[in-house]
Amino acid sequence: MNTMSATIALAGNPNSGKTTLFNALTGARQHVGNYPGVTVEKKSGTYVNGDNKITVVDLPGTYSLTAYSPEEVAARDFLIREKPQVVVNIVDASNLERHLYLTVQFMEMGVPVCIALNMMDVAKTRGIDIRVDRLSKLLGVPIIPTVARSGKGKDELMQAVSSEERAIKNGPLRLSYGEDLDHALDTMESLIRPCTAVSNIYDSRWVALKCLENDQQIIDYMKSADSGLYASLKQVKDTVTDHLKKTLETYPEAMIADYRYGYISSIMKQGVMVHRYDENRLYLSDKIDKILVNRLAGPVIMAAVLFGLYFFTFTLSEAPVAWLEKAIEWIGATADAHMADSLLKSLVISGIIDGVGGVLGFAPLIMFMFFGIAILEDSGYLARVAFMLDRVFRIFGLHGSSVMAFIVSGGIAGGCAVPGVMASRTLRSPKERLATLLTVPFMNCGAKLPVFALLVGAFFSKNEATMMMIITVISWVGALLAAKLLRMTLIRGESTPFVMELPPYRLPTFKGLLIHTFERTFQYVKKAGTTILGISILLWAMMTFPGLPDSAKEGFESRKAQIQTSASGGESIPSVVEKRDAAIKALEAEENEAALRNSMAGRIGSSLEGVTSFAGFDWRTNIALVGGFAAKEVIVSTLGTAYSMGDVDPEATESLGDSLASNPAWSPLSALSLIIFTIFYAPCFVTVVCIVKESGSWKWGAFSMAFNTTLAFLLAVLVYQTGSLMGF
Amino acid sequence: MKTISMRNMAVGQRGQILSVKADGEMGRRIRDMGLIRGAEISIQGRAPLNDPVAIRIKGFTLTLRNNEADLISVEVQ
Repeated sequence: MNTMSATIALAGNPNSGKTTLFNALTGARQHVGNYPGVTVEKKSGTYVNGDNKITVVDLPGTYSLTAYSPEEVAARDFLIREKPQVVVNIVDASNLERHLYLTVQFMEMGVPVCIALNMMDVAKTRGIDIRVDRLSKLLGVPIIPTVARSGKGKDELMQAVSSEERAIKNGPLRLSYGEDLDHALDTMESLIRPCTAVSNIYDSRWVALKCLENDQQIIDYMKSADSGLYASLKQVKDTVTDHLKKTLETYPEAMIADYRYGYISSIMKQGVMVHRYDENRLYLSDKIDKILVNRLAGPVIMAAVLFGLYFFTFTLSEAPVAWLEKAIEWIGATADAHMADSLLKSLVISGIIDGVGGVLGFAPLIMFMFFGIAILEDSGYLARVAFMLDRVFRIFGLHGSSVMAFIVSGGIAGGCAVPGVMASRTLRSPKERLATLLTVPFMNCGAKLPVFALLVGAFFSKNEATMMMIITVISWVGALLAAKLLRMTLIRGESTPFVMELPPYRLPTFKGLLIHTFERTFQYVKKAGTTILGISILLWAMMTFPGLPDSAKEGFESRKAQIQTSASGGESIPSVVEKRDAAIKALEAEENEAALRNSMAGRIGSSLEGVTSFAGFDWRTNIALVGGFAAKEVIVSTLGTAYSMGDVDPEATESLGDSLASNPAWSPLSALSLIIFTIFYAPCFVTVVCIVKESGSWKWGAFSMAFNTTLAFLLAVLVYQTGSLMGF
Repeated sequence: MKTISMRNMAVGQRGQILSVKADGEMGRRIRDMGLIRGAEISIQGRAPLNDPVAIRIKGFTLTLRNNEADLISVEVQ
């Protein structure tokens, strides 16, 4: 018996307990990757029991095996191309009939199936008795009862899967789909069979069935494999489609589904299941729902839960974030103390340590956020949130589930778009998901707050609270309208059907939560880390090179020497020393300003002045905004350098605020224009990298930078020009 | 017995699906969930803004938007 190289696939509906079973089987021996060409996650792991080692692949959860979603295509392609020894189909025993719908499709495909009849405990408490042996016999498929949460039945399952006497090779299930369709299938099958290019890979009748079901992937494949053959298949299909439409007012797909369900219910009727209570009686979960999705109490509780998630993510992660920052600061200080002043030192400290620190600084946030969202998701509450909010978000072409990403990104001011973009993973609808992850960076993340605090404090000090409120409202309205705009143009198209299950509430398993959280955090650190380090170094270079020309440097040196000489002899008099140090500090700040202006970023800033003056920005603001691409709070410190203020702590900006307020180039109007620009312009590069990872393409990362900056500029110009005309 | 669209059903009302007029992805998603001709359903509730609707079928709960419920006609008592 050679089971060393055996591979099995886990397949089943979402909410069937598939991931729980996968975790129970493989423990921490997991590997997460992607299916080729798509962003669908591919998880695999190893089950070990004595000498028995089995590779387990966790297929994406699907309700069906059509080609409508990337998950379904990925699952199907894996089964066809990789030919796993056995497909373990996880079926929810408390929801047997609907789950068997997927089982039947595996059987039609002809892949070897073994059923893990999961949640036997739930079924029992619901008064459902299942005669496993009878069901197994009727379906012709081995069935092992399991309780994935406790791991019960997992070893028996693996035993069955690897034992050869129970090898499961039944060949494809031949169902009848009614006289008309059966006849069409016969004809199509006989046409396909001689074409070995197709019939060597796929079962001929299955291909015929998929053509009748209008399966786009198989249709495209047939067109390219043999267009002549496809034309004759299409003819058969069109004839029977017309006929069904005329005589029965139905479609082949609907008819096929009817017969699949018919087959399942004919099995159900043969005494495989006994209900001891009324099938539709309300369980604890439904009673909870009477309160949690209640018209009045529901939204209030939801607001509290979302606020709780927000609090959990951002407040509880403060301590670990602070530790990490301390550690990074310490490393920076150590490097500072042990390296001679040079470009290399500047690269190590400003480019590498700050860059890596920036990545790691987000890690605790991401960990807490995923832990919180995993609780909401695994417990079933997230589906209720989507249910309650869908009507609102749908207006803007989004989905009820989008709310998570918006809140985490800063829908309540002070979030972060990095975990926000990653939170869009909970959306299963591709268009809505893309629109969500492109617009969440408009929310007011914690890094934009110091910028707002600076400008509001300096120019709107009488109405601080009102202004902050207005800023929050502007970002929400802007983000939702931008989403609507995207859904009407670039990501247009019908909204993805909402049809969704409200799974019964379940207590999440701690093991599942931990695996989920660490996996996500590790992925972020590993994948985003490398790219972010590169961009961080690039930005450092832009703000450092080419530096001041030698003549200018000499000028500063000689002025410094002058100050030193003028104070010589007075080293013992405190007031002279104080004055000298202040003069040197001011001179260094001036030198830094000159160097910044001469850097690549500074030159970009200066050359854009002609354009940006329409929005009221001079070169100093421009450089600060370039710097803000590293992280939004850098806008404040760069403005400090550009105004020769020396190092400005983003947490304490009064002096910078005062000097802006007294500067004739600034007015409340230009401050407002900059606030608007800051809300909307290009997300920081960490967010851009996450957008790239989540959307699966650099194209969307580049788009978010270009689109957001253009939008921000237009809005800022609008505000500044209208304001100027009105005489502000 | 009369036939009405699922959108017009009252909370708590029971009925049997008569037809599902949807093809393509919408039709497939609806059928995947067991909403086919002959299925017994009841309305479990509605979202705070009246849309989507939550229905009960074979012991579990499904939600769909009102414009999706429009595609389903139900025979009610």
